[in-house]
Amino acid sequence: MTALRFPLLMALLGALVLVLFVLSMAFGPAGLTPGQSAAALLGGEAGAAETLVMREIRLPRASLAVLVGATLGLSGAALQGYLRNPLAEPGLIGVSGSAALGAVLALQTGLAAAFALALPLMALGGAVLAVLVLLLLAGPGGGAFTLILAGIAISALAGALVSLVLNLSPNPFAATEMVFWMMGSLADRSFLHVWLAAPFVALGGVMLLALGRGLDALTLGEDAAAALGIGLARLRLVLVLGVAAGVGAATAVAGAIGFVGLVVPHLLRPLVGAQPSRLLWASMLGGAAMVLAADIAVRLIAPERDLKLGVLTAIVGAPLFLHLIWRTRREGL
Amino acid sequence: MTLLSLENLTVRRGACPVVDEVTLSVGRGAFVGLIGPNGAGKTSLMRAALGLLPHEGRSNLATMLPEVRARHAAWLPQMREIAWPVSVEALVRLGRTPHRRAGGQEADHRAVANALARMGLDGFKDRRATELSGGEQARVLIARALAQETSLLLADEPIAGLDPAHQLGAMEVFAALADEGRTVVAALHDLGQAARFCTRLVMMHQGRVAADGLPAKVLSPGRLAEVFGIRAQMIDTPHGPLFQPLERLT
Repeated sequence: MTALRFPLLMALLGALVLVLFVLSMAFGPAGLTPGQSAAALLGGEAGAAETLVMREIRLPRASLAVLVGATLGLSGAALQGYLRNPLAEPGLIGVSGSAALGAVLALQTGLAAAFALALPLMALGGAVLAVLVLLLLAGPGGGAFTLILAGIAISALAGALVSLVLNLSPNPFAATEMVFWMMGSLADRSFLHVWLAAPFVALGGVMLLALGRGLDALTLGEDAAAALGIGLARLRLVLVLGVAAGVGAATAVAGAIGFVGLVVPHLLRPLVGAQPSRLLWASMLGGAAMVLAADIAVRLIAPERDLKLGVLTAIVGAPLFLHLIWRTRREGL
Repeated sequence: MTLLSLENLTVRRGACPVVDEVTLSVGRGAFVGLIGPNGAGKTSLMRAALGLLPHEGRSNLATMLPEVRARHAAWLPQMREIAWPVSVEALVRLGRTPHRRAGGQEADHRAVANALARMGLDGFKDRRATELSGGEQARVLIARALAQETSLLLADEPIAGLDPAHQLGAMEVFAALADEGRTVVAALHDLGQAARFCTRLVMMHQGRVAADGLPAKVLSPGRLAEVFGIRAQMIDTPHGPLFQPLERLT
């Protein structure tokens, strides 16, 4: 595959996100025609049912798909670039696992039922705690190895504690609720969720997009990058904080959505000539497109069964990833 | 003018010094061969000089801000790492990282083109760097360091693994850089190439500088026996000095 001219690729991906956003706004159980949808969104009466559906249900859902997808794609590309490993994914540093722990604790304690934002806020708290422990464990240097080890340790601990909470859940309904939450979904979210996630996603995005130059230099290895004037300790700190802000917020509002951060950078890498800095931008748009598409698909495939978004991305993502591994092996890369 | 100045540079691994009180000064227009057996401290010396390793003593490079140092000295590590299948041109352009387009895109373009031409890589521009042979990758990485256009180039075994023609090619490029007034310090294991091309040799032994000066003086039978444990023959020819190791001393 040849490297597409970068501005053209970005324009195509941007157009794809736009089209999928419009499609996402057009599908739902309310059964509105596209004309009705557009009219209700843009000029509907404030109290009408169609207007409520469009503005309070579909618009936040599509907006969250963009935020969550963009942050997962971008984080995946940044981590792969830093670790120089195409198998890295946003869950690697333990932030999503810890956010999930915060969320199941909110469900277990009943706080989630008490007020609407308790669950995402507790999940964000879990993410913050994970980052603090991660930075403490990984030490002050700029090396990748300690970061991976610390991330694995935190993920394992968070996973074990989630199991403990499930194990001790007071009744099967609570356990079911937690398991379903962890599958990841964008259904029944409101603008409260959008406004909660947006600042963190934006902050994380700005931090990660600034790393392009350093990630490019890391193509030559840590020693050569440092000799090119790249401050590796600072780069790693910004990377961890950026991924944590974005992925922590995404997990808090949508649960665990797997494979997006792994597959999207892998798919787009050949199209940007493998340059890590360009892959950041492309994966951000590509991630948004993938989550929008998957969220449309869950509504089309099984409208009555509440198919979970995270389940679909994993079911589609895993075979896609196997195919990519197969192709990579054949090319001998 | 001094480009590299080290004063009592010491690097410790644990309590044991791997570089021990090295004082060294290198001026403009030199091609310095850093020689010594495995574990003599050549790599540690260069990494510490660049400020990439914790050290005691003083190095003029290590006291610079990283970005300033990167415009002053380029570093070619021994480990030839190319993480992604980027094009050869994109990889060589990474050498322009510290310049932040200071001279405009045109300056970057010219530096990359010159570096590719110097290493004989004109036809490789659009190839994926990861698909090249080991020797070709080594030349691409040398071109990357050349594109940095620094007055000082530190290189760790830059010609290891190259075929004879490309070994000669790389040594000629380094010697030409020195003729232009730039300076190259290269760790070398091939004493024959070092004797022939370098203007000065620094011989290291157990972290210390054992000898420093003209190649013919540094490669004396006594030092070769003591530092390398070998006996060798050096012959003056019309092509320059020929150096051939003959046997191991036990």
